[in-house]
Amino acid sequence: MSKTEAAATATERRGLSPRQRARRSRQIQYAILVVLVLVALFTADWKQIIDVFFKPELVWDAITGGLWHAMLKTIEYTAGAFVIGLVAGTVLALMRLSQVGPYRWLATAYIEFFRGLPAIIVFIAFSLLPLAFEGLTIPFDPYGVVWLALGIVAAAYMAEVIRAGIQAVPKGQIEAARSLGMPFGLATRKIVLPQAFRIVLPPLANDLILLVKDSSLVFIIGVSTDANELTGFGREMANNESNLTPLITAGFCYLLITLPLGILVRRLEAQAAKAR
Amino acid sequence: MTVDGTRPIVEIQNLHKSFGDNHVLRGIDFTVNQREVVCVIGPSGSGKSTLLRCVNLLEQPSDGKVFVRGEDITDPDCFLDDARRHIGMVFQQFNLFPHLSVLTNCTVAQTTVLKRKQSEAVAVARANLERVGLHEKIDAYPAQLSGGQQQRVAIARALSMDPALMLFDEPTSALDPELVGEVLTVMRKLAEDGMTMLVVTHEMAFAREVADRVVFMDAGVIVEQGSPHDVIGAPQHDRTRTFLKRVLDPTHVPPTS
Repeated sequence: MSKTEAAATATERRGLSPRQRARRSRQIQYAILVVLVLVALFTADWKQIIDVFFKPELVWDAITGGLWHAMLKTIEYTAGAFVIGLVAGTVLALMRLSQVGPYRWLATAYIEFFRGLPAIIVFIAFSLLPLAFEGLTIPFDPYGVVWLALGIVAAAYMAEVIRAGIQAVPKGQIEAARSLGMPFGLATRKIVLPQAFRIVLPPLANDLILLVKDSSLVFIIGVSTDANELTGFGREMANNESNLTPLITAGFCYLLITLPLGILVRRLEAQAAKAR
Repeated sequence: MTVDGTRPIVEIQNLHKSFGDNHVLRGIDFTVNQREVVCVIGPSGSGKSTLLRCVNLLEQPSDGKVFVRGEDITDPDCFLDDARRHIGMVFQQFNLFPHLSVLTNCTVAQTTVLKRKQSEAVAVARANLERVGLHEKIDAYPAQLSGGQQQRVAIARALSMDPALMLFDEPTSALDPELVGEVLTVMRKLAEDGMTMLVVTHEMAFAREVADRVVFMDAGVIVEQGSPHDVIGAPQHDRTRTFLKRVLDPTHVPPTS
């Protein structure tokens, strides 16, 4: 049997080669996609869809009617809550790693409680506080309430992330610092925590993005129109106009915040990788 | 007090250390005198690293006393951080601070622990980096350096605290063979400058040439000690002879179970 004959029998026996089969499979997948797009194009009522979801005049009205102000509020609410979460989370993480038993138990109880609780319940609780305790005022109204409500929950999540980061710093680091005569607190502050934060930068950024979205729960507390963040703003305007366009526009603005955050984090990560 | 009247820098009395059921140190007595270079050798698991780590209390001894510069550092009320300033430590894995530059690695403890001014700390760090031949690398980060360079920075970092004593825990064991020499050279220079050194090592050539005294440990006790000429050249004990034969002539070691 010659070589060509052998090749011919092989093709007869096996049909398409793996490469040919892969090409065929890709062709089928593209064909299905094209059919689906065509069906969508010809069956949907595009005029109606654009009218309800993407009405250009309403997009313009939203932009000129306080969209940026609402976006600024979202950023302010998130940033304050993030700072509270970061500080309280670091304290909780250190408490969880403490030599003192009761500190460990307290921190664990706090973290388990607020991690398991829907954030919306915390917001409802805060909205009811002034009724329960008459005359109670939280400073920096309305920022104080929002920051506290968001920060309390965020601290629970961040504490676990930061604790993992602290434990991921090699033991030799604290040994080297202590050998140089640094007391435990100083070694933690100067040597361990900076490295821990570098390690947990990506998951911490994740928490920040979750926080951006959770700030939409502010409407539960009931703030004035002027203090509305994106979701509240979009909801109110959509209600008034009986059209979803303002809500979609507000939703798009969340991406304007979270996408650059993602890019920033990737940059910071690359920078941190250089120093490791 | 020793014969010539100088006080020992390190004095260890009846030191015991166990990790659970594992009795690692079983009664160690020994001293290191001023300007003396002592090399501790022995098979792995003999407790030599643990002994070294007990000298600055990175390991808490189970029993016995450790005096450093006359101060009992095993006393629970000892100001341990103050005592540690005078004890430089160099680790097998370097343990440089990866988030700090070479220069800051050498200044961070000076400014925070010794409360030196930044300018003074930088000057001290520069002088010590020069001493280990790395003054050109002051702005680099540890990850950008070779293992040998990292270990030399670690030595400069310890020296920047002006220690009375330097501890070396197998400083060349994590290095590629061609990088061992640069670290040993720095250590030899240090010894010649009169630094008191306690070195756990597998480098027999270093022990033979630089050490004033060699201590051989096995199974948690000191088996024998003396001048390198005696201990490495003419060991008295079987265990020492077996160990040295394995280390110095590794291609002729009879296989054991």
